[in-house]
Amino acid sequence: MSWLNAMIDRLRYRSVPPPEDRSRMRAVANNLVLHLHPTRVPAPALRFSRTWGLGGISALLSVLLIATGVLLMFRYDASIERAYPAVQAMETVIPFGSLLRGIHHWAGNLLMITVVLHMVRVFASGGFRGERRMNWVVGLGMLVLVLTFNFTGYLLPWDQLAFWAITVGTGLLIYVPLVGQAISDFLLGGPEVAQSALRNFYALHVALLPVVLIFGLSYHFWRVRKDGGVTIPPQSEQVTKLTTIPHLVTAELGVALITLAGLVIFAMAVPAPLEALANAAHPPNPAKAAWYFLGVQELLMHMHPLAALSLAASGLLGLAVLPLWDRDTSDEGVYFRSQTGRRAGMIGAALAIVLTPLLVLVDELWLDLPTLLAPISTLISNGLLPLLLTLGGLAGIYAGLRGALRARHSEALVGLFSFVMVALVVLTAVGIWFRGPNMALVWPF
Amino acid sequence: MAKNTPQPKKDAPAGTTVSRRDFLALGAGALGLVGLLQTGGMALQFLAPRRVDGEFGGVVSAGPAESFPPGSVTEFPDGRFFLARAADGGFLAVSRRCTHLGCAVSWHAADEQFACPCHGSHFDLIGDVQNPPAPRALDTYPITVRDGALLVDTAQAQQRDSFAPEQLVYV
Ligand code: HEM
Ligand code: FES
Repeated sequence: MSWLNAMIDRLRYRSVPPPEDRSRMRAVANNLVLHLHPTRVPAPALRFSRTWGLGGISALLSVLLIATGVLLMFRYDASIERAYPAVQAMETVIPFGSLLRGIHHWAGNLLMITVVLHMVRVFASGGFRGERRMNWVVGLGMLVLVLTFNFTGYLLPWDQLAFWAITVGTGLLIYVPLVGQAISDFLLGGPEVAQSALRNFYALHVALLPVVLIFGLSYHFWRVRKDGGVTIPPQSEQVTKLTTIPHLVTAELGVALITLAGLVIFAMAVPAPLEALANAAHPPNPAKAAWYFLGVQELLMHMHPLAALSLAASGLLGLAVLPLWDRDTSDEGVYFRSQTGRRAGMIGAALAIVLTPLLVLVDELWLDLPTLLAPISTLISNGLLPLLLTLGGLAGIYAGLRGALRARHSEALVGLFSFVMVALVVLTAVGIWFRGPNMALVWPF
Repeated sequence: MAKNTPQPKKDAPAGTTVSRRDFLALGAGALGLVGLLQTGGMALQFLAPRRVDGEFGGVVSAGPAESFPPGSVTEFPDGRFFLARAADGGFLAVSRRCTHLGCAVSWHAADEQFACPCHGSHFDLIGDVQNPPAPRALDTYPITVRDGALLVDTAQAQQRDSFAPEQLVYV
């Protein structure tokens, strides 16, 4: 009945751990990888629904991407003559080449999703306030880093998909006033996607970005510990603290194994795509950016590029200043702040699901602002006007939630956040599945 | 007060409050900043894009003017441009790069227009937009005439909102 003894011990020693726990704690403190963990964790923080394991999965995927990426480097050649044949060889003759490439490809895409979900979780549980505000900003930086990783990696196979997605993606950059063209030229090493671009992207992808990733992640984890661990609601009674071994480590191991198994099975079933060799004279129709940029590309179909970019920039800026914007710590750790906050979130999501497709359809089929307001410059009729209308709509949603629901500031922000995120998902889905040749709206089924 | 808080020293000239220690710290900081800017500048120059003569970005020789009938469009794939000759005989070197997001347009002789397959923009022979989302006419490259032959400088594309007659070059 040793487990019974252990339990009694645990009840008896709330603050002073029993001897066998001490040795487990020392094991954590003395191991480099385990050292990222605290030696003991409050029991409520161990509930799966506290984190959904999303940060852990993202970390695992990052490690996996480094391991598979380093292997790929031994078979890859960053030259426009040899890159495509090298990747082709991986797909056909190199043992396990296709599997390795598949794992790297799908892990990169999955990481995009888990990092965003991780951010949504942290937002929902209010983990960005107080001393955690620095780590929120670091986390946002990691999200941008993962985007950059995926963007630079996308070019490397040098097939049609790669070439035109990067051409269109950097084409977007050129619309940034004053510096856009210079930034694009600098990144591409010239006016168009060619050998310099491939070499630059490769150096970024396998050298600079991984270094930033490793330092960034280490700092991110270290801050989680410094800031008192995972956000949990204030506890009425004193919380039990459980040792990291076995309570946290077994949970992490379980999630890691399930993720790995799922990913490997998926990569075996669905190989990474590889289209025809890049051809600078013949773009495919339609030419789409990588899927995680299709939300922004969809915005571009409806407003002047400057307006679409401003909107995306405002979103990012809003996220960056969130810790200053919402400083109300009274509901810390409670998902969606409160019952009212939860309702605000649902309303925001429902509005986005109805309004976004409706607006896309109306703008595509009936409304033609530039012709309607003909003498006015399109920069205003197709740029400033839609931008102000969108921002006005967002302000309206916030005000509506404050008024109709009597929501507090931080509860209304839940509604706003949920609207923006769901709208982004809807726009991305429209871009992925509902845009056909000439980017016309199509019904995919 | 902490022991090592710098105090104004006797040797500081009357009327200033900067101690020697502060001055040195400030100087070291400024030097560090200059050094940082310098390394940053060096890195930027090291990484800056470079153009190679003879390739795209250099001067492309298009040949004698007589070989292009009025109302024709000829593609120069290596120069990434089309040489368009308007009905009145004027020449225009039209960039292949779509002004929307940079895909390559192609010339459809039957419809007398440039079409971009990516998002459906159309342009006429002189590069004017006929169908959005392209926001402005196709870029052009400067043409010079030497001994009746046309030279197209592809170093820098010229942006324009729409076509104007003075953009045409006559031999
Ligand atoms: C967050 C981390 C990373 C992400 C999101 C990522 C993403 C990608 C993507 C999307 C591709 C295109 C390949 C395809 O889709 O088929 C790619 C290719 C590649 N990556 Fe990564 N990557 C990451 C980290 C790394 C690291 C750390 C290395 C090496 C040190 C690396 C080495 C490579 C190589 C050599 C290729 C070219 C081979 C190929 O295209 O199959 N990657 N990566
Ligand atoms: S790039 Fe030509 S229409 Fe979009």
